[in-house]
Parts: sequence; C-alpha cells; structure tokens
Amino acid sequence: MSELDLNDKMSEMLAKSEANVKNSKKDFTRPEDELREVVAPDGSIIKINPLYDYFSDEKPKEEKPRNGVVEKFLNWARSESIWVLGFGTGCGSIEIPPLVTPRFDMFRYGVEMRPTPRQSNAFIISGYLSVKTLKRVIRTYEQMPSPKYIIALGSCTINGGMYYDSYSTINRLDKYIPVDVYIAGCMPRPEALLHGFAKLKQLIKDGKAEKANEYARNFDEYKANQKKIIKDWNMPDYNW
Amino acid sequence: MKELIEKLNSKYDLQEIVYQRDNLAFTAIRKENAIDAITYLRDYEEFTHLVMMSCVDWIEDGKFQLLYLLNSPEKKCDIGIKVYIDRENPEMFSAHHLWKSVWTYQRELKEFYGIDFPGSPRVNDDFVVEGWEEIPFMRRDFDTHEYAEKTYFPRGNRKTNDPAEYMRKKLYPNQPVTAKQRKDDK
Amino acid sequence: MDITSKLIYALIGLLIVVNWGMLMSVTFRKIGARMAGRHGIPFRQPWVNLLKNISTRTIITHGYMYYLGPVFRLSGGIGIFLFMPMVFTGNADGLWTNFSFQGDLILILYFQVFGMLGMAMGSGEGGHPYSAMGVARGLAQHAAVELPLTIAILAIAVQFDTFSIYKIVEAQQGGFQNWVLFTNPFASAAIILAMLGALGHSPFNLVKAPNEILIGPATEYEGTYLGFMMSAGAIIHVMEAVLFMNLIFGGATSWIELIIKSFLIYFWSVFVGMVFPRFKIEQSVIWFFKWPLGFAIIGLLMASF
Repeated sequence: MSELDLNDKMSEMLAKSEANVKNSKKDFTRPEDELREVVAPDGSIIKINPLYDYFSDEKPKEEKPRNGVVEKFLNWARSESIWVLGFGTGCGSIEIPPLVTPRFDMFRYGVEMRPTPRQSNAFIISGYLSVKTLKRVIRTYEQMPSPKYIIALGSCTINGGMYYDSYSTINRLDKYIPVDVYIAGCMPRPEALLHGFAKLKQLIKDGKAEKANEYARNFDEYKANQKKIIKDWNMPDYNW
Repeated sequence: MKELIEKLNSKYDLQEIVYQRDNLAFTAIRKENAIDAITYLRDYEEFTHLVMMSCVDWIEDGKFQLLYLLNSPEKKCDIGIKVYIDRENPEMFSAHHLWKSVWTYQRELKEFYGIDFPGSPRVNDDFVVEGWEEIPFMRRDFDTHEYAEKTYFPRGNRKTNDPAEYMRKKLYPNQPVTAKQRKDDK
Repeated sequence: MDITSKLIYALIGLLIVVNWGMLMSVTFRKIGARMAGRHGIPFRQPWVNLLKNISTRTIITHGYMYYLGPVFRLSGGIGIFLFMPMVFTGNADGLWTNFSFQGDLILILYFQVFGMLGMAMGSGEGGHPYSAMGVARGLAQHAAVELPLTIAILAIAVQFDTFSIYKIVEAQQGGFQNWVLFTNPFASAAIILAMLGALGHSPFNLVKAPNEILIGPATEYEGTYLGFMMSAGAIIHVMEAVLFMNLIFGGATSWIELIIKSFLIYFWSVFVGMVFPRFKIEQSVIWFFKWPLGFAIIGLLMASF
C-alpha cells in the first residue's frame, strides 16, 4: 500500500468517526437542549445554548395569586414592606428625600428606599415623564419582580399638568404602564406621598393591587402605545 | 469697546452694530467672515471664553440668527456676534476647533433647529429627544400643542383656573369683591 | 449524647441564632434612626421583609452559580454554627456544644471565607458591573481583615496549646481575670479591631456602599435569593460575635449570657459605625495592616516567649 492510499484511508476513517460523533451527539441531546435561534435587539439572529440562556424574549405571564388565607397573609407582608426604587424621573423626586428625614420618617410605615429594581416592589413616577425617560422607566419597571406597584406622583402623570402641550413629555401615564395610586398636586407635599403609601397598603391588603397581572394581560396594547412614541426601540419587547 | 468694534469693522465689514452697555456690544457679521472674526477675537483680542451659542428663528424674514457670545476675562467685556443664515437651507461653518463646548452647542442646534454644521464631531447624534421624526421642534412652524394632542392621549377635560380667583370663590364666597379685584378679573 | 438529640439541639440553636441575628439587625437600624432623631423601622420589619421576599412571584436566573451564591453564603453561616460550641456547660459533649471537635478553630476560619467566595462567584455570574466592583472591594478588605485576625487567633492557640474552641473557653473559666482579654491583651486588641472589618459596619462597609455602587454584590439578587442572603447575614453576624466571645471574652455559660455578650460585641461595631464615616478601600486596607496587624504580631510574640 502506498502512502497516498494510507492517507486516503485515514481521512476516510476520520470523516466517518466525525460523522459518528455528530450522530451520537444528535442522539444524546434532548430536543429542548438544542441551540435556540433568537432575534437580538439590533436585528441580527444569534444562537443560544439553552444551558446558558440568559436571553429571554418571552412575554410576561399572569401569575395567579394563592388561595384564601395564605394570599391574605402574604399580602399583609407585602403591604408592610414596601421597597421603593430610588429613581426620580422629574421635579417630584425632590419630594422623596424629605420622607427619610425625622419630620416625615417613612421607615416607621415599613417603606424603604432600595437602590436596584431587582429588590424593589414599588416605583414612584415622580412628576413629568419625557419620552426619553419613559424608555428607561419601562425597562426598569419590567425588571422588577412581580407583585409590583406604581405610584404616580403629581398632575403631570395624570393629564400632563403644566407640560400638557410639550412635544417631549407624555400626558397620561396609565396608557404606557399600569398605575396603582395617583397622587394629585403640583407638587404634592410629602404628607400627600405618605397618604399615597397608606392608600397603596390598603389596596394591597384588599388584594386589589394586581396591576402587574393587568400589564401581562394587556401586554400587546401597552406595547403598541409605548412603541408609538418611542421611535428608536432598540431593546427587547420585554426586559427580564 | 468702540475701538475694538471699529477695528473689527475695518477688517470684516460689520452689518449692524448695537452698543448695549459700556462693556457689551452686539454686531452682525456675514456668514463667510464669522468664523474668521471669532478666531481673530479669540487669538488676538483675548476673548478666550465662549459664554454661549444660541439661535433665533426669524420666520418672517426667512432667516435663522445664530449668536456667538464671547467674553474676555482680561478686558472684562462681552461681545455678541450675530450671523444670519438662510432658513430654507440652514448651514453654517463649524467652530468646533475653537472651543470643545461648541461640539455640544452645535449638536444641540442641529437637533433643535436642523442647522447643519459640516465637520463638527458627533453633530448627528441624538441630544435631547431620541429618534425624532418630525421637523425640528424648536422651529416656530412646529406646533407643539397639536403634536402633543395627536401623540400623547390627552385626557380632554382640562380646565384652567386663575388661582387667586378660584381660591376667593372657594374659600371666601360671601366676601364682597373689591374694586381692584373686579379690575383684575376684567 | 447520641447524634439525633445533638442534631435536634443544633436545630433549636440555629432557630434561636437566626431570630437573634434579625433582632440585632433591627436594633442596629433603630439605633441609627434614634441618632438621626427618627422613630425607625418597626421591630417586626426583618421578618416581614423575609416573608415578602419569599412570596415574590417572578424570579429570574442568571445561571448555576447565581443560584449557588446565596446557598454558599447560608451554608457558610450554618457551617460556622455547626462547629461552634455555643454555651459552655462543663461537658465537651454537652447540650449546646454542637459538633465542635479538636480542630474546629481552623474549620471556622475557613468557613468565614467560604460564604464570601460563594457570593463572589454568584454575583459575578449576575453580570452587573457594580456587583463585580463590590466583590473586588469585599475580597480585598476581607484579605486585609483575615491576616491580623488569623495571627491573633494563632497567638491564642499558641497560648493555650490547642485549636479547639471548647478548650479555649474552658481555659478561660473561673472569673474575668482568666479571659484572654486580660491574659493576652495585644492579641485581644488585634481581634477587637479586626472584628470591625469582619462585621462590616460603617467605617468598613464600602463593600455594599448603597450610595455609590448600589448594594454591591447583591445588586442582581431578588426574591427568595435575597431572603436567603438576609437570613445568612443574620446568622453570620451572630456567629462572628459568638466566635469573638468564645475567643477573648470567656465564652458563655448560659443563653442569657451569650445574648448579652454577643449583643455588646456586635454593638461595639455598631457604635463605631455610627460615629465614624466610611473608609475608602485603600484606606481600610492600610489601616488593617497598620494597627491590628501590629498588635497581633506583638500578641503572637508574647504568647510564644
């Protein structure tokens, strides 16, 4: 046998073994373990290993409350421990710092500020909201864990307030994200904010603060409204 | 101040001169000469500080008026350079090489008024609004109210009250109205 | 004592320790509030927070290590607890000595780092840049704390010629003049100073500095994971205090004594934190390498010669 033949034979064997390996891999991977094709925010198609699947383009689902007394008890816990995200969108955010001072002291009602959306369950939209900020607000809101509540502070979130004819601030917040409690005024005093917290607590205890589920139910409608004004939509539809 | 303006006039053929105060004057320069004049003021006349750069929309004359306000820390005086440019095809020579803050001003003017500054760094990036598709929003022919009504779901039942009058009616309905208040109401 | 009853007593002890840790943390917040002239959070707040965190409906994941981070931290805390003799009853195999054995001091020193490393890996997988910063700062500071702490503990081990915490406690019985605090004051000073870093209150809390890098390593954690970490933090705080109590303050002969002593040890760090503002990480590292390390080396030399 010449060397050439040997080489041929070797390469043939190699190809065969490679094919074997491929086949055997195919046999041993379960269908749910195969690479998943995903459209990235910039439009390109990327492949993702399900074991390292941090890219979720899934829509939010409605989460059913537990039944009866258990849910009531958990709702009590939720209402007594409101963690507010420290995100000031407009001029109203100047009304939040007084709440941690001795005069108003929101800590005694179980209300705390939290620096990251992952750990907070209440979001104060403080005052006017420009379209540019709305984009960040949506991103942040969607990253918060599920029983989440929105307090809209100031007239600007209700009907636009004094910025009703501005080209860059929205008029009605509830068209873009669901709102639990409105606090009217321009600007409301910190006492009004404390009253808003009390109102929110009552809503949670009554089991009526299920706006995160409402957001999931009317997801397409909310997304359509959001995309109507956010022209450069360069993020996933739902930000997990 | 006067000597300076005279010197400038002989050099660059100024179009209008307004002496506002002893240490503040405004002058209009033709578009072609403007950057030269500003460079001259910065390098030879110690106007080393750009206070601001802004724009006025003279829609009736079909012109944009750019204003470069310069300050001299040594001479303790300011000079405003006005430049009129065509509104239909707004374009101006860039001054980004003189001060770095001009980058941002020109980027801002590009977005607010649609004035182009060829060669200015990052001039086409978004500045305040992202993904704007209408005509630039600070032009006077852009109707912000109409745009807001069309876009942002107005609630519709807006009512506006004069605070003084409203409080008087709500809190003190029986109190007689004074002559001054009656005059104010009219 | 057979293994089942020992396990049952250990579980009861763990329950006491978790709740005591939470109560200590709320008292800490209360004292801070009173210093600022506020009422502060209600006493039930940590338990309510825990309940709320557990009842979160949606929880996202970032991968395996993200799950394991809080688990490592909790098991680090429980590990310290399991090998720590809590109450001295004169019997090495007694009720509240848990599973302490001859070399438990070394094991406990190891467990202190264990939770820290778990958190580092977990929050690293979380992917948030602030968690990475928090972890880097935390590990740098922890290394600076560990060195004087280990040398001081070595000094105590040399002094009593044992690595068993139980024996160290036993040797200190019979009056406060037998405490290491008085028999080896330099090693004790090193431990008392290094303790400030180990408990992580104000001068040395840059790790989770809430104003600059959000909440540090825990930035991406939510829901049940956060609940895990909160209870792990409560356990670790108590166990650090109990460790230092056993080493230099003569241990405890009853739960009441343990609670009083650990309270005082914990509040030494709290009061220092209330008074002194936060150190930058390079400042705190230099500080630990200056005072506690010097004291620890003197203490070691005193014990050896």
